[in-house]
Amino acid sequence: MSRKAWGLWLLFGLPIAVFVVWAIWDNYSLFFKTFLNGLTLASLYFLVASGFTLVFGLMRNVNLAHGSLYLVGAYVGWVVGEQTGSWVLAVIAGFLAAAALGLLMQVLVFRHMQGQDLRQTLVTIGLSIVLADLMLWIWGAEIYTFDPPAWIYGSTTLPLVNKFPTYRLFVLLASIVIGVGLWLMLARTRIGMMIRAGVDDRAMLAASGVNVQRVFALTFAIGAGLAGLAGVVGGTALSISPGEDTRYLLASLVVVIVGGMGSVVGAAIGALLIGLAEQFGLAYAPTYSVVFTFVIMVVALAFKPRGLMGKNT
Amino acid sequence: MNSSSSASPAAGPRGTQASPMARASARTLTEARIERSRTANPTDWRAIFGAIRLRHLLVLVFVIAYPFVATPFFTFQIGAQSLALGLIALSLTFLGGYGGMVSLAQMTVAGLAAYALAIFGSSSNLAISLGWPWWLALIVALALATLLAAGIGWLSVRTEGIYTIMITLAVGVAFFYLAQQNYTVFNGFQGFSKIAPPVLFGLDWHDPVPYYFLVLACSLAGYFFVKHLVRTPFGVALQGIRDNPRRMQALGFDVTAHRVAAYAVAGFLAAVGGVLMVWYNGRISPGTIGTGAMINILIIAVLGGMKHPIGAFVGAIVFTLLQNFAIDLVDRERFNLVIGGVFLAIVLFSPDGLLGLWQHLRNRLAGPFTHRGSGRIHR
Repeated sequence: MSRKAWGLWLLFGLPIAVFVVWAIWDNYSLFFKTFLNGLTLASLYFLVASGFTLVFGLMRNVNLAHGSLYLVGAYVGWVVGEQTGSWVLAVIAGFLAAAALGLLMQVLVFRHMQGQDLRQTLVTIGLSIVLADLMLWIWGAEIYTFDPPAWIYGSTTLPLVNKFPTYRLFVLLASIVIGVGLWLMLARTRIGMMIRAGVDDRAMLAASGVNVQRVFALTFAIGAGLAGLAGVVGGTALSISPGEDTRYLLASLVVVIVGGMGSVVGAAIGALLIGLAEQFGLAYAPTYSVVFTFVIMVVALAFKPRGLMGKNT
Repeated sequence: MNSSSSASPAAGPRGTQASPMARASARTLTEARIERSRTANPTDWRAIFGAIRLRHLLVLVFVIAYPFVATPFFTFQIGAQSLALGLIALSLTFLGGYGGMVSLAQMTVAGLAAYALAIFGSSSNLAISLGWPWWLALIVALALATLLAAGIGWLSVRTEGIYTIMITLAVGVAFFYLAQQNYTVFNGFQGFSKIAPPVLFGLDWHDPVPYYFLVLACSLAGYFFVKHLVRTPFGVALQGIRDNPRRMQALGFDVTAHRVAAYAVAGFLAAVGGVLMVWYNGRISPGTIGTGAMINILIIAVLGGMKHPIGAFVGAIVFTLLQNFAIDLVDRERFNLVIGGVFLAIVLFSPDGLLGLWQHLRNRLAGPFTHRGSGRIHR
């Protein structure tokens, strides 16, 4: 590694290492609980942000309606869960509902605005306002909770932490599985190859004879579906209410800014950083936890304007 | 464009000596150039007055006579509020329309100016407010807000295009949470109240008619300032950077410096708007700078049209009217649906906003040669 890289690692790593040592010595149970909570939050953020970064990376479309897709998946999943009594069906329904909505958005609206990045973003802002109000109208302002099945409910005993909610471990595992699945799809399948090629050079992809619009539609559907899935999964952990769409949109914005646009690995790294920072901030310095996230974002932007894993063009 | 390009023509290419004939003709050329610049430098008043049309006079008469014919509610709630909002939206129109950088943090800058005015001036919270004289607090507030705008600009300009919206949104929300959770400086959730304009020249500037004229003066000043600025070398360079930053960089312009300067200018405009807004509301709290308010400014700017400064004010008037009278048409709780729907319709069908719609109508109804050209620089 170059001298500069060593310097940066030391500059940021040393205070963190000192803090970690102090925290473990001070109250190791709190430290590991916070660490696991941070990992859970990070996995939730990764689920939401991965869809966002895929859509931006390929289509240069900053989809600010991503939070609304999260909430649509959550609400539809809740309705299906209530009707059928099955949580797994609720998850699938959430994924499909958001994916269908995303597909409609891409095919009916964004397809006709290809190349006009700003206009697409403004449309997504308008859509998010309209969708948020429609959902408020239909489902009201109450808080909805899910009913997860017994095998992921309750708590498990872990070596250092004593008792930890099983569901959060499940979220962590699920997001690792989905993340690996996403990576496999991008790295090993033909469609993934086309998506990666499109992220690098959209014009060449079209010139090589690929039906670019179909790839776009599929990517948007997958991205939106991931948001819907995260909606049900996150809604089970934290419950659904009208303000959640803005919260998760902003979280995925920060994650993607820090991690890098268009990179799923970047989304994972960004989610880890932001999730851990948020939880540790909440546990050890509650008044200023948001400022930590902001400081991370500013520092990342100052050194790498395109995000940690973004391409330096 | 740049006067520095008028280097001595007799020098020719580096190191070579021009012939005596060339030197003589070059000397006459330089003299002619100096002569022309001497007559072109003083303000061309005839050109300015020749550009005034009937519609300009009508609008001027209307806005000046408005408070004398309208009720206090219409003067204060509708007129003054829409002009103050319009000023903040003007900063976004300048930044987005002429600079190509759509920043969602204009309301944040305006909010910081308002907070600074409350913290340095006088408010209901005696523990935090420093109680400086109003003019000093005003100057400090404007300066701080402009600095914040320049800082946000520096953070966002090194990435291009659509990143700006994301970064400015994130910065704005971070500031919102800071204001909400910090109690030592920003007084958290409650914010500050009882922030009033001073009593000067025997007039309480919070009364509808004096306040309206104050806002009108600031709005007119802002409007003409932007109109003038976009024709100066700086403004034209900014538009060049909007259209093709690489080419401008190759020509030797410092693209980052121009962009940060544009952010600072827009920040100043937004700061003035923020001060006027806090004098209008009498209070400032985190809700004023939340996500909803930030996006409202974008809605106003896009609604009116980002191609011309008047679009900001047109959008603000329409927005304020909708905000106040939509409850007569639809359920009060569905206001977001109405404004979101209008915004969506505008972006889908007339991306240039209401001004674009107006331009389109004029082109359709008028003959083939009477419409204005589509040149972007001078309108």
